[in-house]
Amino acid sequence: MTREEIKQAVIDIISEVLPDDDCSQLEPEKDLREQLDLDSMDFLDIVMELRKQYGVEVPEEDYPQLASLQSSVDYLEPKLKDK
Amino acid sequence: MHSAVRIAITGVGLTAPNGNNLEEFRASLLNGVSGVRPYSIRYFGDTLAGVCDFDVTRYQKRKDARNGTRAGSIAIYCANEAINYSGLRWPSADLSRVGVYLGITEHGNVETESEIHNLRQFDYDLRYWSHFHNPRTVANSPAGQVTVNLGITGPHYTIGGACAAGNLGIMQGAQQLMLGEVDAALAGGVSESIHTFGIFAGFQSQNALACHVEPERASRPFDQQRNGIVIAEGGAIFMLERYDDAVRRGAAVLGEIVGYACNSDANDFVLPDAARQTECIKAALRRADMTPEDIDLVSTHATGTELGDIRECQALNMAFGEARGDHQVYFNNTKSFIGHAMGAAGALELAGNLPSFEDQAVHPSINLEHPDPQCKLPGCLVAGRTLPNIQVNTILNNSFGMLGINSVVLVKKP
Repeated sequence: MTREEIKQAVIDIISEVLPDDDCSQLEPEKDLREQLDLDSMDFLDIVMELRKQYGVEVPEEDYPQLASLQSSVDYLEPKLKDK
Repeated sequence: MHSAVRIAITGVGLTAPNGNNLEEFRASLLNGVSGVRPYSIRYFGDTLAGVCDFDVTRYQKRKDARNGTRAGSIAIYCANEAINYSGLRWPSADLSRVGVYLGITEHGNVETESEIHNLRQFDYDLRYWSHFHNPRTVANSPAGQVTVNLGITGPHYTIGGACAAGNLGIMQGAQQLMLGEVDAALAGGVSESIHTFGIFAGFQSQNALACHVEPERASRPFDQQRNGIVIAEGGAIFMLERYDDAVRRGAAVLGEIVGYACNSDANDFVLPDAARQTECIKAALRRADMTPEDIDLVSTHATGTELGDIRECQALNMAFGEARGDHQVYFNNTKSFIGHAMGAAGALELAGNLPSFEDQAVHPSINLEHPDPQCKLPGCLVAGRTLPNIQVNTILNNSFGMLGINSVVLVKKP
């Protein structure tokens, strides 16, 4: 997957998890929690969807890597480059 | 009532397969409109059910509906509707003095079945088991979701009472008001049971699941051609307040809870016991300081099973069959319209009959084309068409469940 495809995949998952939020104008560098109504269970939902849809395992110690859209793409790129 | 504290019903919120508020529901019952339709569920396949179509997002964010349960969404809808109906000032009311007491038949089966179904596609790898499983399946979940939605900080819990649970929720709310534990009680019952294949398969295995080529004719309590239960979802939640408080704030009182009782058969998992049901009815009458001559309308529990319907009629004959003078008692059955809404049944059936205090009509039992001679009742079983111009001042609401749990609630015109 390209970086752009990974970014879109993350946005699609967030849109699924937070159906009331507008995810079309997310600022890539900004913390997702500052832009969205995102609680800890929602965050686990995102981790679960990455596992289900892309077979990506995100260990708990890596959760901070998913803080923003940009950091998520950076973190997921090597894991998804061959997908 | 043996308590000096009188209890008023000041609001109703409901969703039934044939109406999403009291007005719609009552109109359907008076006009013979069934809510039973074709339904299909995984593993079981095609069957029939009472299905609700209320607007989930009227009072709930889509995220909360996604993370919660169907029973939670039903409860949130009904609770909000009950508050609106009651005219209670919200949220300026002291929310630490509001309690939520909801009857449920079962809880957690829907989520567990769904999770195992989901797990199957991942070769039963438990890493794919949802982190929402526990908050969704804890037994207080539907009531707890109401408190989260409405900011209620008073007590909340559910009451597991099989198919008697709707009445038990009402009784619990009344008792907590009498004890002074709360100033307002959101009390009733909810059911999401049509979303678990297990309940359909279970009743099928008991040879107790109704079928009929015309869905709306499948639920036929007291009819010779009845062949079982139609399962339904739904909910009904009442706003209960101490009578004096309700009058003081100028609330419109829909009815007064003047009696109730609950007891146990103590002899079988599924077969009802007419003698214990009789005792339950008599105990409710005693608590209300009433006799059978004081009862105008009996909302029967009958579900459409052969033995259950007969036993309830035996119980009513034993309780009412003594000398009654010229007083006519009317009997009807709401399940004939909507099927059996399980934990919501008692509350929904009471709600459907409450307007008879005002509109002076008794809604009928439908699908009663060939009355079973073994189901003779000690009065007039209203069949087919609504009976108008009837002075209804008291309603006795029966609700019984598996493991021999019996409940009766008695309501008087305010």
